[in-house]
Amino acid sequence: MITNKQLLLLSALLILTLISTLFSLLSGSVDISLGQLLGGFSSEGELSTQVLREIRIPRTLAALVTGGLLALSGVIMQVLLRNPLADPYILGISGGAAVGALSAILLGASGIWLSNAAFAGALLSILLVFGIANKFGRWSVTRLLLTGVVVSAGWGAVINILLTTSSTNNVQSMLFWLMGDLSQSRVGIGHLLLLFTGLVGGLLASRPLNVLIRGELLASSLGVSVKPLRLILFLSASVFTATAVTVAGSVGFVGLVIPHMLRLLGARDHRILIPSSILLGGSFLVIADSLARTIVAPQQLPVGVVTAVIGVPAFILILRSTIRK
Amino acid sequence: MSTLHLQSLNVQIAGKVLCKDLNAQIAENERWGLLGRNGAGKTTLLHSIMGLRAIDQGNILFDGQSISDIPQRELATKLGILFQQGIESMPATVFETVMLGRHPHIQSLLRDEPKDIEIASSALAAFDLDKLSNRSVDTLSGGELQRLALAMLVAQTPQVFLLDEPSNHLDIAFQVKLLSVLKEKIQEKSASLIMATHDINLAMRFCDNIILMLEGGECLVGERDEILTEKNLSQAYGCSISTAFNGERKLFYPEQNNSD
Repeated sequence: MITNKQLLLLSALLILTLISTLFSLLSGSVDISLGQLLGGFSSEGELSTQVLREIRIPRTLAALVTGGLLALSGVIMQVLLRNPLADPYILGISGGAAVGALSAILLGASGIWLSNAAFAGALLSILLVFGIANKFGRWSVTRLLLTGVVVSAGWGAVINILLTTSSTNNVQSMLFWLMGDLSQSRVGIGHLLLLFTGLVGGLLASRPLNVLIRGELLASSLGVSVKPLRLILFLSASVFTATAVTVAGSVGFVGLVIPHMLRLLGARDHRILIPSSILLGGSFLVIADSLARTIVAPQQLPVGVVTAVIGVPAFILILRSTIRK
Repeated sequence: MSTLHLQSLNVQIAGKVLCKDLNAQIAENERWGLLGRNGAGKTTLLHSIMGLRAIDQGNILFDGQSISDIPQRELATKLGILFQQGIESMPATVFETVMLGRHPHIQSLLRDEPKDIEIASSALAAFDLDKLSNRSVDTLSGGELQRLALAMLVAQTPQVFLLDEPSNHLDIAFQVKLLSVLKEKIQEKSASLIMATHDINLAMRFCDNIILMLEGGECLVGERDEILTEKNLSQAYGCSISTAFNGERKLFYPEQNNSD
């Protein structure tokens, strides 16, 4: 049953998303006031309009969508693998994407070619993991998890080879990519549609997810078609993750911890957890990215570092306060 | 009229024949006990009936329709199972958990209907769990978890209750309570029940029909008094079992082994 407390949490997250978006649009090296922001679109030719349109709005949107996709993928992976340590990267998708992206950097590619290479790497990794886990007709969750972890380790080795054999210049960009970086990120209507589809699909699947997380046997006995559902979950989480890493590199922490934070705050029912995760994941990454580009300005930090720096204490705080109850 | 029909059923696991040519007709209002020694295949048989694993030969019919032809969700409104391992300890509330029993019935995508909430609440109350409604499942004791699993099954309102060791973890008072709740639910809905148990005396008290699984896959099927004899039980369990009487009440107990 959805309680008022859960609805309150969801409303609070909606407000947080709005505030974090505003915060992101207003912070940066060029001062923009709230008034300018609201009137920003009418005053053509001004510096503030240009900064907003060309830099801040696309970047904020990219953070919002990436964070949402990662948190959603984290929720799905945690149900699919029934493992609290599961995150969007556990099945090696980010490893594959990283090898693609790093190879592209090595070859001097950037922009769209870098994204394409990352996406191709992610896709290759998904096919590889599923192909191996599925080889003998039936795949169990344990088998999938083991295959994913092993494939990840393989990618890890390739990443290390690429890092140790590249020039210093390239290594700098490679490390930024590996830690997650939104400075070059842009999202289009396709990304927004994907996130929206994920939200709607997740809500449609939320009741079966509530049952599946209690165990596959129990879910089957309560009328959930476990096998097709597992396949859909695996494929959708993979696509969300692949898209997110293509946009922003492997931003850590969001996909693992956001769902746990929300569960600790009482959002265990997937009807609440799924929209909440998208909102909190999105706004969390927006805030982290705002800080990443302002804390040591004009230098920029990789956003993946900031997510961990603010995420770890926030998580410990929530964990402690819920244990005390 | 809803009947469950087991037709010349063969069930194997890892090459071992658990039952062969099992025939039984479970009619409404009937209570069946499923007995046999450890590893005889009680759980596997229950899972097969629930459609959770394939059978090797034969048919399982519900109201004349093979259960493999019934869509999974619809089947879950007709047959419900209590698993031997009960439910896992989870950070979810007792009420959220019992509501899962309503899953096959729920039509609305996001809303919880008052009818489902009422059925779930009364199932909790039937097992004295109504006061724990908001407690987290991971704070419950073994017996409370077992009662919650039973409440979830009752909330599922199946026509056939399949119970794997329902008295696990329950103290003697709750064992009595369990039987009276099950009896009531079965009469209310003209349902039926198959209960796998190690407690011969519980089966003797509560069930009118018995399936006794023997070594090698042979099953004795029939009325309680016909099947539950010293001879059959001694054969099934591979140890000498005798009878004692307390007034009308018949009790089985194992003979002391002479070598002790």
